[in-house]
Amino acid sequence: MRQKIRVVIAKPGLDGHDRGAKVIARALRDAGMEVIYTGLRQTPEQIVGAALQEDADVIGLSILSGAHMHICPRVMELLREKGLTDVLVVVGGIIPDADVPRLNAVGVRGIFQPGTPMQEIVDFINRHARERAGTL
Amino acid sequence: MGTPASTHAKRSVERLYGPDSVASIEYARDVADPGQFPYTRGIHATGYRGKLWTMRQFAGFGTPEETNERYRRLLEAGGTGLSVAFDLPTLMGRDPDHELALGEVGKCGVNVTSLADMEVLFAGIDLGAITTSMTINGPASMIFAMYLALAEQRGTGWKTLSGTIQNDILKEFIAQKEFIYPPRPSMRLVTDVFAFCTEHVPRWNTISVSGYHIREAGATAAQELAFTLRDGVEYVQYGVNAGLDVDAFAPRISFFFNSHNDFFEEIAKFRAARRIWARVMRDRFKAKSPRSWQLRFHAQTAGVSLTAQQPYNNVVRTALQAMAAVLGGAQSLHTNALDEALALPTEEAATLALRTQQIIAHETGVADLTDPLGGSYFLESLTAQLEKEALAYFEAIDAMGGMVAAVERGYPQREIAESAYRAQQAIEAKEQIIVGVNDFVESGAAGVGTLYIDETAGERQLARLEQLRARRDAAEVRRTLAALQAGASSGANTMPLLLDAARAYATVGEMCDSLREVWGEYVETPIV
Repeated sequence: MRQKIRVVIAKPGLDGHDRGAKVIARALRDAGMEVIYTGLRQTPEQIVGAALQEDADVIGLSILSGAHMHICPRVMELLREKGLTDVLVVVGGIIPDADVPRLNAVGVRGIFQPGTPMQEIVDFINRHARERAGTL
Repeated sequence: MGTPASTHAKRSVERLYGPDSVASIEYARDVADPGQFPYTRGIHATGYRGKLWTMRQFAGFGTPEETNERYRRLLEAGGTGLSVAFDLPTLMGRDPDHELALGEVGKCGVNVTSLADMEVLFAGIDLGAITTSMTINGPASMIFAMYLALAEQRGTGWKTLSGTIQNDILKEFIAQKEFIYPPRPSMRLVTDVFAFCTEHVPRWNTISVSGYHIREAGATAAQELAFTLRDGVEYVQYGVNAGLDVDAFAPRISFFFNSHNDFFEEIAKFRAARRIWARVMRDRFKAKSPRSWQLRFHAQTAGVSLTAQQPYNNVVRTALQAMAAVLGGAQSLHTNALDEALALPTEEAATLALRTQQIIAHETGVADLTDPLGGSYFLESLTAQLEKEALAYFEAIDAMGGMVAAVERGYPQREIAESAYRAQQAIEAKEQIIVGVNDFVESGAAGVGTLYIDETAGERQLARLEQLRARRDAAEVRRTLAALQAGASSGANTMPLLLDAARAYATVGEMCDSLREVWGEYVETPIV
């Protein structure tokens, strides 16, 4: 049997608006994934540490504060340092269009702006998690 | 504990309402003329004829210089009050050089680190001539101390100052999550402000008990009403427990509600809020002064209802929500800008939002009479229904030992998370249509230009902090912070001690850290 996809949902930075993070955590769980929600105010180091410890296939970052261009590159850098290059990283929140290509360029695969249906995020993760590792 | 109120995303209503729907409502007892207890129809007999609502647009971004410029333009454009949006480092009591402040300085609001920033923020603005609202909670008393120190420096008497600090820490634990200390010492900071202002800053609203964020986090209208007013009850109880006379501080308690999409439900919510508060203040707390009974509120249109898709639709949503707030008798109002699902508003978008209020006030005629929908079978019935649902929550929370206890066990947090998930499911299932999002979708619809806040604000605030630390009297900063810690441990009122620290140019991070050492930090157990 295929093992459940393991997702770490994280709220980096100082922002406390966690409605989106919590709703998506529940939606992914209802879609059959194993979800670990880190809670608030996590540093990139803590998030990557959680992904390592939880053997995560996916990291989902929820950022509404405008700090994504600081946080995302740092998370990607730390993942590379730890050799976790097969972890799929997705971001949801208030991300201006102008920043989408920049986030893609640092390795963030999925970027979900306000109004994205939950099913679209579920489908994206199902399609792309473990893609590179190929462990089915 | 069960769920006393309806937590469905959308309230089910009858097709038609008539005399039977309001049979149990007695006009004199439950509704009454405007200006008469229980103030269902409004707290002023003259409604908006006596005084129009304050058009108070929440604004702040980048450095104090940039925000000062925006304030001056808002005042020139006919805005009648200021409302300061702080950035996340300020809201969390962290200086710009703290590790978690990385990339956050000046992004969601203006960065104010010390009195030096406050001086710039209000440059050229007469503090005695305007009313200022400051949305700050965890470090409310620290920032307020800076504002008072600024007034003192300019020779503006504290007794002439008017405005509001949000200072509502309970809703931070419940919804917005910008807390610093555990609930009980946090409540002490709040009551210290009550006591201090009663004596020294009598025209200041010492708290804005806020449902706005509770609603944005996913609560239904009934939950917003219930948790907000029950928070209000908790603050009054703590004030009374601290030895204050209820009629001395209760009149300075104000409220802040969301004005959301469901037009009649929102109007009914505002009316129910006034009725519940009047009764609770008179009957539960035995307040004697009508000013203690009268619920005054600010409203803001629902940020969460704004969509990134087809952003011009947001102008229409905001106008309708603003109309509901006006028909509900708001004392002041903020209208959101059309681009706020994408970024902080551009100046054009912020101006259009203000114009929306001016059109409602001056062109539609709705401000010419008071509570024009009072007596509607549907509205009166809905007002009573919301009151009933809120009071059921009151009972549940009272049974837990009050709101602090309920918060500590995660009760309101769980109720809200549940409603948020159901609301999202209703949208996914198209039970709730959101125009442009799950129906009437257009691909390639025109976007709007948005405000982009770059990293220079962060760099400038960091440089300014370094200069401040080199310039100020370090020994005086240490002395005032040590006195603050001693006072916090002893039970003295913290406000005079914070004022001394503010005068010495201690930073918000330093003041908050001093108290972190005494009280510790609150770490939430995440509830999904």
